[in-house]
Formats: sequence, C-alpha cells, structure tokens
Amino acid sequence: MSSPPYDTIIIGAGMSGLAAGIRLAQFDQKVLILEKHYLWGGLNSFYKQAGRRFDVGLHALTNYVPKGTRGTPLIKLLRQLRLRHDDLRLCPQGHSLIRFPDCQLRFSNDFEELRQEVGERFPDSRDGFARLIQLVADFDAFDPKDTTTGARSVLSEHITDPLLVEMLLLPLCYYGSAREGDVDWYQFVILFRSIFQEGFARPEGGIKPLLDLLISRYRELGGELRMKSGVRSILHEDGRCQGVTLDDGAELMADRVLSSAGWAETMRMAGQQLYEQNVDEDELGRLSFVESIFVLDSEPKDLGFSSTITFFNDAPTFEYCSPQGLIDDRSGVIASPNNYLSDTPLPEGIYRLTNLANYDAWRSLGAQDYISAKQGCVNQAIEVSKKYGIDPRPHQVHQDAFTPCTVERFTSKPRGSVYGATRKRLDGNTPLEALHLIGTDQGLLGVTGSMLSGISIANRHALVPHQAK
Amino acid sequence: MTRDETILAVKDIISTIAPDEELVGLDTAVPLRDQIELDSMDFLDIVMELRKRYSVQMPEEDYGELNTLDSCADYLMPRLEGQELKLQNA
Repeated sequence: MSSPPYDTIIIGAGMSGLAAGIRLAQFDQKVLILEKHYLWGGLNSFYKQAGRRFDVGLHALTNYVPKGTRGTPLIKLLRQLRLRHDDLRLCPQGHSLIRFPDCQLRFSNDFEELRQEVGERFPDSRDGFARLIQLVADFDAFDPKDTTTGARSVLSEHITDPLLVEMLLLPLCYYGSAREGDVDWYQFVILFRSIFQEGFARPEGGIKPLLDLLISRYRELGGELRMKSGVRSILHEDGRCQGVTLDDGAELMADRVLSSAGWAETMRMAGQQLYEQNVDEDELGRLSFVESIFVLDSEPKDLGFSSTITFFNDAPTFEYCSPQGLIDDRSGVIASPNNYLSDTPLPEGIYRLTNLANYDAWRSLGAQDYISAKQGCVNQAIEVSKKYGIDPRPHQVHQDAFTPCTVERFTSKPRGSVYGATRKRLDGNTPLEALHLIGTDQGLLGVTGSMLSGISIANRHALVPHQAK
Repeated sequence: MTRDETILAVKDIISTIAPDEELVGLDTAVPLRDQIELDSMDFLDIVMELRKRYSVQMPEEDYGELNTLDSCADYLMPRLEGQELKLQNA
C-alpha cells in the first residue's frame, strides 16, 4: 500500500532537516520529515537525566553577529527561515582562550582582540597573520575550486612561528575538522570566519528552545514530522529516487528525498550495489569524542573558570588524531554555558570537558568494562585539563559522560564521527536523481552551518522557481 | 488593486521574508537594495511569494522590475488587476 506522494521527504530531524523542511513548507510543498529517534535535533539534541535537561552537542553557536550585521551567514539564515534575530535569544560569549603550556591567546566576539593578542605574543608573525586575514577574506569558501589542500601548509607559508600555527588550528579542528591531523583549507576559512571573525553565542535556555522554535515554525507551515520512523531503504527505479520504505515496511513516495543520514548511510539505504560502488570506507570519518558533563554546586567562575570556552593543548604541537587508547588527554575543550552573557543566570554550574576518543577502543569493551572505563577516562582527562581549567569533582553534584558509542547510537553517525566523512559532497548530489545530501556530509558543520546546509540544498534542488508551486 | 495597495502588497511580502527590516519611510523611487538588505536569494523569495499569494508568474528576465517599489507597482498593477490585497503582517 502506498500513501499519496509527498513533494519532498527529508530523512532526519536534525538542524539541516528541520531548516530544509521549513524552507520547503514555506512554499507550500507537502513535506515529511522522518526521524528514527524519539527526539529531534540529531547531533544538537538534548536529553533528560536526574531531573535536569542537558544539551548533547552544543558548546556554542558559531557565526554570532549582532542584529543588523549585514551579509553574514547568521543573518542570511534568519532571513531564509523568516526568523527575527531576537527569536533566537542569543547570549554572546564573554571571552574564550587558546591555551598551550607557555602561551595563551584570548579571543572574543570582537576580532580586534585576537589580532592584538597575536601581535603582542607573536610580533614576528604579525604581518603573516595580516596576510592570512586577507587570504581568508578573498577566498570563496562556498564555491571552492580546490577542496584537497590542507590548512597547515597554507598557514606555514605565511606564519613563521610554528606555535601560532598550532594555536590557530586547535579550536578550528576541534570545532569542525573531519580530517585527521589537519583541517581542509576551505573549511578552515569557513571556521576562521565563523569562530574568530564572527563569534560564539548560546541560545538562552540551550538548544531546546531553538529546536522548539524550528519545530513549531515547521508545523505552522503545514509540515509533517514523524518520530521513531527509521528508513529501511530508499526506493529508486532507472536511476531516479522515488521514495522510501520505513522500518515497519510502509512505502512512502516522494518527488525527491533529502537525506541527512550521511553519505555512507544514505548509500546503504539505497542498496548494496550503490553502497559498494560509491562508499570508500577510508573516507568515513575517524574522529570522535568523549565528553564529560559536570553539574556543580557553584558558578564555574567562582571556582576559577571564567572563560566561555577554553581550548587547551598540553604540548608544543597539537595532534588532532584518533588516539591509540580510549582517549587523548593531551588536548581538549572545556566549556561552561554559565559564562555566556545573560540576564538570567543558569540554575546550576555546568562544566563540560571534551577529549578526542577512539571509537574502536570503546566499541570493543564489554558492558561492565565500558562503565568503569568511562569513569577512568573522566578522571584521567581531569588530571591534565585541570591545569587549564579546574578540577570540578569536589563541587560536583551530578556527572554524566558520553562516548563515540553513545554518539553512534543516537545520531546514526558511523563510528560516532561527529564531523562526518572526510570527503564532503558540496553540491549535495548522489548517484541517484532526486536524492540529495544535506547536513554533516554535505559540508557545513555546527548549528548554523547545518541549517545553512539544509537551506542551500533545498533551494538548489527542491525549490528552483520552475519547480515551486 | 490600486497603486498604493500594490506597493503595500510588495511591502507586506518583504516584511514576511525580512522580519528584522524596518520598512517605514522607504522611498518608492530608490532601489530597494540601497535601503534595506536584500540579496538575490531574497528577491527569489519575493518572486515565489508573489506566485504563492497572487499567482503572478514572473519569468527570470523580469526580475529587474523589482528594483524599486515604483517599478514593482508599474510591473505588478496590470497583473494584479481585480485581485484582493492579502496581508500577513497587517
């Protein structure tokens, strides 16, 4: 039995799927979003535990600019979704830090601060940094001619001090590189703008109010959302996508399908043959993370942690790789949502600590070992990170941690690879007509990036004027 | 629709797609782009919204007619003849 056809079916109710859904429903398409989990949000979801609500992935919303800043990604995003800046209730960061053993750089949502810090700490690289800023300004990151060059080689050409290269790479890798040891140059440009030149903010109340806003906007426009509806396969005939089969066997037909399930997972749903022809398992991302969340009896700033985000590396060089053991304790990210500027203080102190982790190592553990390994890794990670942050344990009233296995289970990212495949599909095309990729593996990352991914692919492939009703 | 209503129809579409923009005091003879922030994607939204609300089919070669509110009115008045004004942001 087939139901009446949809104009567009979207796989996944994460940021990219919801944004694409809103965009299409705005122009009266009959849209269906299918989500296999019982909660929406994907990599940017939330969960409840011990009477508290936790954000899954959100440290910061990047690309923050104040209301009225023209021509930037955040403003374009608001425009496309017809939202007001005030609707997002964004609280900007105070300041953030990049910390190495003998050097730190402070940055904020005012780019001048970073420029000055670089000038003071690295006087020999002042001109090189200025050239880098010019390169970033001149680069068309949204239509890159070359997607294989790595940022390290470009940076080393212009910046004489190797420590500064490492320090600039640290936050940009952690907040968006799917590639080990480096970040693609075009991604570096996007991240440099979105993190250093624009900035960090947090929606008041975390990710849930933002998700609520997107869901209610989508539904007001007539969009349909089905939870706990996994897609078993993508239907196609003569090279053209025709719809999907759900896990319960129901067939749903559509003029087109947008998938946020990732390249490999999408190809797997399209059948064994397409998977084998199009998926190179070496391109599956290998980078994943362990994150510990501590609920504290005090404000982190009263315990000595006053930055919004601290990126630390406890060595002169930064290795951004899947570690040999369960985690790599030498580098990490510490984030406290309390340290955004807000009129409404959070009810409790929150301290989050993120480290690189090895999926295979976690996967191989039995249930008992897994639980004790989690606690062991948390303690191990604190020992190094407390030099750059605090030891939260004496003030902890609750603690939770997630691993690459948790990420895989709840987001369908193979190997828990938060930033997806190493090769992005910027045009959103797949071997099938009328099947397009959105989200992490299309190329844009983060809350703002993934929403823009959904919007741009919906505009390009599902909303060109002659197709709009 | 009168000329004033036609201009109102266009302004209402703009305030739907750009809720943060202040539209009071727009000069009808000055290009919209010079007064508020609209990029080519936004103009596409105006075209699609005109089609949705008033069934106006606007071919790509006519997009330039949306340059100013006056040129919008010149272009749209004959095409909106006999139609009711539909406001979402009244």
